[in-house]
Amino acid sequence: MSNTFSLDGAEVPFAPGQTVMQAALTAGHYIPHLCYHPEFKPHGSCKLCTVKINGRTAASCTMPAEAGLEIESDIDELNDLRRRLVQMLFAEGNHFCPSCEKSGNCVLQALGYDLEVHAAGFRHQFPDRPVDASHPDILLDLNRCVLCELCVHASSEVDGKNVFGFSGRGITKHLIVNSESGKLADTDIALTDKAMQVCPVGVILPKRVGFSQPIGQRRYDQRPISAQALDDAPRPSTGASHD
Amino acid sequence: MTEKKKLRIATTSLAGCFGCHMSILDIDERLFPLLDLVEFDRSPLTDIKHCGPCDIGIVEGGICNAENVHVLREFRKNCKILISIGACAVTGGLPAQRNHLDLSSCLTEVYLTEPGLAHGHIPNDPELPLPLDKVHPNHEVVKIDYFIPGCPPSGDAIWKFLTDLIAGKTPELGHGLINYD
Repeated sequence: MSNTFSLDGAEVPFAPGQTVMQAALTAGHYIPHLCYHPEFKPHGSCKLCTVKINGRTAASCTMPAEAGLEIESDIDELNDLRRRLVQMLFAEGNHFCPSCEKSGNCVLQALGYDLEVHAAGFRHQFPDRPVDASHPDILLDLNRCVLCELCVHASSEVDGKNVFGFSGRGITKHLIVNSESGKLADTDIALTDKAMQVCPVGVILPKRVGFSQPIGQRRYDQRPISAQALDDAPRPSTGASHD
Repeated sequence: MTEKKKLRIATTSLAGCFGCHMSILDIDERLFPLLDLVEFDRSPLTDIKHCGPCDIGIVEGGICNAENVHVLREFRKNCKILISIGACAVTGGLPAQRNHLDLSSCLTEVYLTEPGLAHGHIPNDPELPLPLDKVHPNHEVVKIDYFIPGCPPSGDAIWKFLTDLIAGKTPELGHGLINYD
């Protein structure tokens, strides 16, 4: 039995141990995602990558690929769901794109563009969240945090520092800094850390480089995220020729 | 053949900066074919002060004071289709950045404690509309039919949106025209 599954009618090959998301991206099929990062263990929290597998919904980033699965992704029902999720994230935080340094390079914003989200739709919560500018080189703006947990994993698993963590539950859940004062200045985070590179939105930012790329030359100005994500995906490890 | 009746459009700027209206002017020479299809009612372009019955209302800026509420309700009452244009109208935008602060502390900071305001006082002329406690995007006050995001949306985005709408299609912006900044 061949190692393939069906995604929106296309036959997608997979290697043993791959998830549906990994196999799809490697084979050049885009499934929208926000908290998934190819270098980290997926935890399936944002639900943007929800697909229908044999009629039942599942997070494609955590679902192991199996031969013969019938998977639907690019259908109105799921894209409406994804649109609603993006809208809720925009309404829940303070995402004021015109003044954000991450604008144009932001995954949440790019997903909004790709899904034609014209407005948040829900009542904006305008939460009161802190900005930590204590560190000489790094700015932490929690107004934009979407709780993807990537900085937590990057700091502990790659940097070996455990700078970030989560506290609280439900709507009160928030990112915290692991130091006596709770301030970033009192941690050993450095500009070269992996934790500096993984934030999909504008929470963890290097100071003094904002707005250096002109509008039109930023990452998602040039290509929609649906095209960019495929470029970023790991290439097939077998049978691929590189020239 | 009788001349086709022109669509009537009203526009206004509430808690905005008129940047979106500048962007409307940025459709440049396409204003001429547009004027074959539409005529303007209340708008900064015509200086008409009150909105009559219209097909399309375009509202820039969100709601930050009592007069904004009044004008927005007048637009909703008179316009068959109401469009929020720009970040402030769609999300509250820059004015809404005061929403996590107390209004009285904002007024105190601006009019009393800032250096150089020796005899300052908080304006209280009855002619001035009262500021609201919080700034709201327009869809929290009246029903909004369509949204054009952007700060401001480009002239091309506005042109695409309006021509889609006038042609009877569901307006779509697509990559390069949909922007939140």
